[in-house]
Amino acid sequence: MASASLSQIFLATVLANNFVLAMFLGLCPFLGVSGKLNTAAPMGAATAFVMLVASLCAYGLNWLVSYFGMEYLRLISYIVVIASAVQLVEMFLKKNSPALFRALGIYLPLITTNCAVLGVALFQTAREYSFAQALAFSLGGGMGFTLALVLMAGLRERLNLVKMPDVVQGTALSLMLAGLLSLTFMGFAGLGAGE
Amino acid sequence: MSPPGQLELTRMEEFMEGIWRQNPTFVMVLGMCPALAVTISAVNALSMGIATTVVLIFSALLVSLIRNFVPKEVRIATYILIIATFVTVIDYVIAAISLEIYEALGAFIQLIVVNCIILGRAEAHASKNPPLRAVINALGMGIGFTIGLFSLGAVREILGAGKLFGVSLFGPDFQPWVVMLLPPGGFFVLGSWLLLFSWMRARKTAGETAHG
Repeated sequence: MASASLSQIFLATVLANNFVLAMFLGLCPFLGVSGKLNTAAPMGAATAFVMLVASLCAYGLNWLVSYFGMEYLRLISYIVVIASAVQLVEMFLKKNSPALFRALGIYLPLITTNCAVLGVALFQTAREYSFAQALAFSLGGGMGFTLALVLMAGLRERLNLVKMPDVVQGTALSLMLAGLLSLTFMGFAGLGAGE
Repeated sequence: MSPPGQLELTRMEEFMEGIWRQNPTFVMVLGMCPALAVTISAVNALSMGIATTVVLIFSALLVSLIRNFVPKEVRIATYILIIATFVTVIDYVIAAISLEIYEALGAFIQLIVVNCIILGRAEAHASKNPPLRAVINALGMGIGFTIGLFSLGAVREILGAGKLFGVSLFGPDFQPWVVMLLPPGGFFVLGSWLLLFSWMRARKTAGETAHG
């Protein structure tokens, strides 16, 4: 596991072990923000950035916490760092792109409670990745998340134009769509050697 | 006196709220990540549900107790710290009770921290209500969540492995529907449950308008 090459880890995380479609991380924004293509992409990018920051900080924190023998503080320190990183992104967006800030609404502060972000930190710790491997893992994770979000948004924009019975409208339809997308991504399973 | 228009719920109603009318899995569609990731078997689903319920109850109690002392600006950070503390406790407790379950659930125990249900309850209910009420509501929500997880886990285990709680149901000739245990199966089963509920709701509304 620890010997997997960087490109292997990166590819496997983007496609075969896609964070959303194969590991079920970050489903709330995946279902919540994927209605429109032009909010899905920036949301993906913001999350990917927070994931990268979280992963780097988690690597340092893990070293620190293990050094002092206080493993029980690991989870708590991770979540504090993630919350601060989200605050940073929020302030940056508010200043530089108020329109986008409004479009993302409640989902922006909710990046803190996005499982994908904490998931990156926890999985890289559990798999004992080195610094470079952790970097590849978080980059791949962020890209995979953005990819899934954008694909889903594209599909849903198309679906809006189709006549549907009332009963299937809403979350049930999105879930079925996600299931099909997930089925498609299983075709990449052969790339999953970097797990 | 409660303000007009806002009905005061009895304790029983408060308890049933999470189980039926505002079921976290089927009605509010919250906490989906653990709901789909760990429900490949009924046992996993139940243990995840119970762990989440325990965290939910304790964090609701503590949030409710300190609700008058926490400044508004730092409340979310405080809630997350409280939740993270209880999750760490549960993490160690599960590892002590059953290593098998601990390994099956893996990082998803620690991911309880970011389960939207818990933070949602802390913010929307526990921070505005006295401790007893908060705990009752949290218990109901926890049980509702456990029921949701269990109905997903049971369906996926029965269809995907032909078993329930590890006991074979259909004999050796059963051809397992493996895709149900794979990630897409999780989406399909939850989607079908939601379809069923929205169909029932549609029928009920149609019946009400027809009769009267």
